[in-house]
Amino acid sequence: MSTSDSPQESGALGVGADVSTSLAHEQQTKSDSMDLPIFAVRDLSVKYGEFRAVRDVTLEISEHEITAFIGPSGCGKTTVLRCLNRMNDFIDSAKVEGYIDYHGVDLYHEDVNPNEVRRRIGMVFQKPNPFPKSIFDNVAYGPRLTGGMSKADLNDLVERSLRRAALWDEVKDRLKASALGLSGGQQQRLCIARCIAVEPDVILMDEPCSALDPIATARIEDLMQEIKKDYTIIIVTHNMQQAARVSDRTAFFTTEMNTESDRRTGVLVEYDTTNKMFSVPSDERTEAYVTGRFG
Amino acid sequence: MNGLLAVADLSGDPRRRAHDRRMQRLLGSSAFITIIISALILFVLARGSIDFLKSIGWDLGVLRDSSKAPGWFPRRERFDLITIVMGSVLMGSIAMLVAVPLGLGTAVYLSEFAPTRVRKILKPIVEVLAGIPSVIVGYFALKFIAPNIVDPIFSPDQSRNMVVAGLAIGVLVIPIMASISEDALRAVPSSLREASYGIGARKSTTTIRIVLPAAVSGIVAAFIIATSRAIGETMVAAMAGGRDGSGPRVLDPLEPGLTMTAAMTNAAGGTDQVNSGAPFQVLFFVGLLLFMMTMGLNVIGDRFVQRVRQQY
Repeated sequence: MSTSDSPQESGALGVGADVSTSLAHEQQTKSDSMDLPIFAVRDLSVKYGEFRAVRDVTLEISEHEITAFIGPSGCGKTTVLRCLNRMNDFIDSAKVEGYIDYHGVDLYHEDVNPNEVRRRIGMVFQKPNPFPKSIFDNVAYGPRLTGGMSKADLNDLVERSLRRAALWDEVKDRLKASALGLSGGQQQRLCIARCIAVEPDVILMDEPCSALDPIATARIEDLMQEIKKDYTIIIVTHNMQQAARVSDRTAFFTTEMNTESDRRTGVLVEYDTTNKMFSVPSDERTEAYVTGRFG
Repeated sequence: MNGLLAVADLSGDPRRRAHDRRMQRLLGSSAFITIIISALILFVLARGSIDFLKSIGWDLGVLRDSSKAPGWFPRRERFDLITIVMGSVLMGSIAMLVAVPLGLGTAVYLSEFAPTRVRKILKPIVEVLAGIPSVIVGYFALKFIAPNIVDPIFSPDQSRNMVVAGLAIGVLVIPIMASISEDALRAVPSSLREASYGIGARKSTTTIRIVLPAAVSGIVAAFIIATSRAIGETMVAAMAGGRDGSGPRVLDPLEPGLTMTAAMTNAAGGTDQVNSGAPFQVLFFVGLLLFMMTMGLNVIGDRFVQRVRQQY
């Protein structure tokens, strides 16, 4: 992994944002390599056909941190998230402009293979989406794609992934049972295990708890804290308390009325440490949102 | 109004209510008539079959001609059912050999790979193909498939044979195979595809390992319903199949043959026209058999379709 040529132009950062690396998070002991961003997003805009969903997003994401994207519906937070592992490639009309640097590589360079990107940058979705296969086969799906793994190694990897996802004890006696028989919370942890099994670098989570009850949500949040030392996590959430509880940094997006087309476009308002965002935000829109006055 | 209502205030316009009831009766009776017609068809088939069985003295051995040169010659009272059942099965099988790869390939392409723009053009074309009258496909078989494909490759004794008819019936059922399979593939939630892409799987891997297995019952249903259509297809089988009742006992598909359906059209208006007695009544028996075969296949196919619907 090359981290030497990561861009550090603080002048290109988003409105009111301050991601200067000196702002160390209090709970975090950082090594030098962690100070370099894993993602550097510059002037990112996404259009769906003629409709501009989000514009001019610039931010940097640090390794081994949990970054939360918050904001009202339609503010483009999920769109931005899905740019980070090129999931928007599947939408015919989507057009991505701007620049995303991942470990020094232009993610949208023509020679970059999106499948390789997604193997390193996994995704957990809003609604738990286990395959209609057994629990074991769900977790083994990713490793089997590349193949060349012995049966014993695969068994080990599946167990390890399920343990990491705090699901092993609940399913170890029924690995051959259908994943569809699990509860919603268990299914979501299975999806996390499935994602972990390919040993990614980053895990993107798109409102991973919005379909879960509070107890299942708490388990996922604990799990995120547990695994963040090994992975970089970016989570989109509607739930401000969740962002405050789990994340190290928070990016607040909102919508802006586009005067010409009369449609709303998402913009990044402020990006800072979660502590600062929820106590002394620089932008009054952030303050209004986090204090519950709108959104 | 002092706050209290009378029932009449809430009972609405009586004329509208009467209109509603008349509408309901009218629509109900249309549905009822459809059921009556279906029952009548079944009744006529069953009555004719019983007449036939009576006239051969309930001796089912008659239906298996064990003479040296067996065949389906109803006017000579030789009713070797195996000849025409084999004709139907052979031509139906050839048809499915064409329809399954092409139909399923079309379905997978349309559902998984085609850009929206291509899909918008291609899908209506496939649907138009489904509406082509089978007599046109029959001519296509005689004027194109036989002289340009089958004759040069296999050089059969006769241009009208079971391969030609089978290939043309295959063309005829491609749209059914494609359309039902495509519905099944599109019913697979996109969240499953995303899950697979999200861990780095390629599109082709996702299609083979996730989408096709998830849609398998719908694809089986498509296969069964298309088979039932292929066996029930009449015009192409009669025009291009050779109409030879000495039939496929030799099991050589390059020979001319006779399907159950073609046997029935022969007797109704063609060379074997008959109007009474066992040679006439046997048609009802064949019809009933055909009806039960296709109906059985459709019921099984429906079961599989139901299973797809229940799964998600």
